[in-house]
Amino acid sequence: MPVRFPALSTTAAVAVVAVVLTGCAGSQAPNSAPDAGTGDGVLDVIGPLEVHSLNPTTAEGIFTRLQVAETLVDADGTGELRPGLASEWDPSEDGLEWKFTLREGAVFHDDTPVDAESVVAALELARASEANTISVAPIAEVRAQDDAVIIGLSEPFAPLPAVLAATSTQILAPSSYAEDGSISRVVGSGPFRVVEVTPPSRVELEAFDGYDGEAPRAESVVYESVGRAENRALMAESGQADVVFGMDPTSLQRVEGAPGLQVESALLPRTIVLKLNAKHPALSDERVRQAFSMALDRPAMATAVMRDPEIAATQMFPPALETWHNESLDPLTHDPERAAELLEEAGWAVGEDSVREKNGQPLQVELLTFPDRPELPTMAAAIQAALAEIGVGVDVRVDNSSEIPAGHASDALEMALFTRNFALVPDPIVTLLKDYPAEGGDWGAMNWSDPDMTEALSRLVTESDHTGAEANTAREQIGITLQEQLPVIPVSWYRQSVIVNDAVEGFVLDPLERSWNLAGVSLQE
Amino acid sequence: MAPLPAPSPPRSPAARTDHDYSLARAVGKVLIRRAAQAVSVTFAVTVTCFVIVQHLPGDIAFRIAAGRYGYDKVDASAAAEVRAELNLDTPAWQQLGGWIADALRLDFGASLVTGASVTDELAHHLSATVHLAAVALLLSVTLGTVIGLLAARSRGGVLDRLTDAWVALVRALPPFVLGLVLIIVFSVQLGWVPAAGHGERGNIVLPALTLAVGLSGLFARVTRDTVAQILESEHVHFARTKGLAGHIVLARHVLRNAGVTLVAYIGVQVLILVEGVVVVESLFAWPGLGHALVHAVFWRDIPSMQATVLALALIVVVVSTLVDLAVLALDPRTREMQ
Repeated sequence: MPVRFPALSTTAAVAVVAVVLTGCAGSQAPNSAPDAGTGDGVLDVIGPLEVHSLNPTTAEGIFTRLQVAETLVDADGTGELRPGLASEWDPSEDGLEWKFTLREGAVFHDDTPVDAESVVAALELARASEANTISVAPIAEVRAQDDAVIIGLSEPFAPLPAVLAATSTQILAPSSYAEDGSISRVVGSGPFRVVEVTPPSRVELEAFDGYDGEAPRAESVVYESVGRAENRALMAESGQADVVFGMDPTSLQRVEGAPGLQVESALLPRTIVLKLNAKHPALSDERVRQAFSMALDRPAMATAVMRDPEIAATQMFPPALETWHNESLDPLTHDPERAAELLEEAGWAVGEDSVREKNGQPLQVELLTFPDRPELPTMAAAIQAALAEIGVGVDVRVDNSSEIPAGHASDALEMALFTRNFALVPDPIVTLLKDYPAEGGDWGAMNWSDPDMTEALSRLVTESDHTGAEANTAREQIGITLQEQLPVIPVSWYRQSVIVNDAVEGFVLDPLERSWNLAGVSLQE
Repeated sequence: MAPLPAPSPPRSPAARTDHDYSLARAVGKVLIRRAAQAVSVTFAVTVTCFVIVQHLPGDIAFRIAAGRYGYDKVDASAAAEVRAELNLDTPAWQQLGGWIADALRLDFGASLVTGASVTDELAHHLSATVHLAAVALLLSVTLGTVIGLLAARSRGGVLDRLTDAWVALVRALPPFVLGLVLIIVFSVQLGWVPAAGHGERGNIVLPALTLAVGLSGLFARVTRDTVAQILESEHVHFARTKGLAGHIVLARHVLRNAGVTLVAYIGVQVLILVEGVVVVESLFAWPGLGHALVHAVFWRDIPSMQATVLALALIVVVVSTLVDLAVLALDPRTREMQ
């Protein structure tokens, strides 16, 4: 085996140069513009969501976001309902029977028409799981009637159309299901059809010729799941990706000002909140909860952690929720002196060390959070520092997200920090019904209830005119109660940011994150 | 290690039969020993994994529900549904019995999170990992051997010192830092290869390179020392003295002898490779065993976790077997020892 040394020296030299290059490159600003798209006519989309299931209940809405599957009811960016697979819907006089008339001409990707029988079958499968959002509605029966689907309720439930806009109620064709009821492939009725799904990370789509609406502008789309935000940013920067979802503030700083890239962002109907156990000896006192809230310098925290002072929460509902955000509420403000006074009034006096005490018990609370959203542990540390200023000791524990509902169930939870999406169902009332019933909710109140709140929630469930004065008063009541009693303390709102390559035209960011609106996007050649 | 004698003249047919017989017997012994090891590894890994899972913090039903439904849709009713469906309240000893039975049949049932067959998912992940590991190993052996050879030829020279620096540097760099640096240079700055992902041309380059660069340092070190030692030996001096050309001496006398040490060393490196795969796959969104293991642990997807850990352990056994066989083929003395 002859070995040629000159060739080897060259290899070694290249290796050494590569190391030197790698050593210097970290701090340099990018000096080359990303390619104009990937140049192959395929729209490359990257996001954090993994494809670990085809089942609508567990697929985290990935196939509705990709516009493969449709729901009976759709919603625009503000949460206003609009026709989806159903062109219209009406309740009966007593509110116990709803008729959803199906859109004429809708076709599944296997070329069978979307008929009432297949919709009924899909909804029945959704109802089979307690974990499916549809289970919040008191549905007694679902049946087909000509070109309409009739849903019978055991009691009136005005937000039913909003529930049928939840992605977990998406309608798949009968050919999607295997004999045992599991989903073997995703056959929807949207503008894109699935070419191939490679769990956990890749979905390939193509435009569906038989779609009865406006044809998509991109012929084919590839979605890839990439877990780390900094990697997604690098993929955008290198031109490998055309649209990149789920950017965190730190990674965004890297790409801001990079040539060939745009950052689109929108305020989300999502709030970072601090859940409190109102049975805790200190937290049961409304004054203590108010003191905790006043200790937080929200604009400073939003600037430091989220790099965005505008999203400091002044109330529970962000401005993106137009009908729920109430400008006339007194905003939550930073007032450490008043916070200290409130704690004194509640009997928590400054002890020997810096932590306050009452009857020999220190004011010490455990704060549980999780790392799935990287800003949460940082935010928890900021809260820990802010509460230390007013003499509250906080132990931060970073664990799995499921410890929060588990701790709620076992009553062991003291405080938890997480984000709450109020638009999993476009009408926030459905989320609030789960979070603030009298007995408390896993991601809401804990050992706290208020008769006004309960009354207002049930009024919204029965009131069919959701824009009327009755409904407005009820929403106002809920906002006021949450603001005054603080069963859960709002900390920050949320901004979703997306990096879009300049070669992409027509991208519109949906603040509800229901759809990625890829059908309206085209790639410049 | 003592050097090999120079190749002997052609043997008589009778001698060849003897030789083949001893090789076959040696191979048989290796296979039996390694098969026994595979069974005991399966047992040990299964039991250890089970004990660890039992002691992981947190309520398992809530974890699985979080994996299934997404974290902000998990509530007590979803967890209760999971608990009832999966019989999570069965006593521990019964669950362990089930685990061992699954492992021995190599049938792990369905994933608790995705509901898909674990064996199918494993095949997918395993092929991605084996692909990545094989390319990485090939790259690292090539890179390491070349650098080691060059260093051995200029002992004490500049290149030798640079090799020392290279070895120290790549061993000290954690794979995720190295990976990010490679992405910034080769994807963002130069635009030669994709930054991350799977399923497109060129996706494998950066993860394989990240693993290979990390491993190449030790290969370079071992090659350098082995080759240096052989170059000093009397039979190499003799070969030179009798007038053989430099490249012939290198190929016939130096490389074959060094090969025995290097191949044996690959077996050791595979352990480091398996460890590196977990980090590198997560970094580059490469859907292999490491990626699957992280998710399975996070979501308490027990069958997937069990299958993935077992696959990683068996990869080590399989590679060790291949290394044993390669050493048998390269070094006749080991056959006699068997």
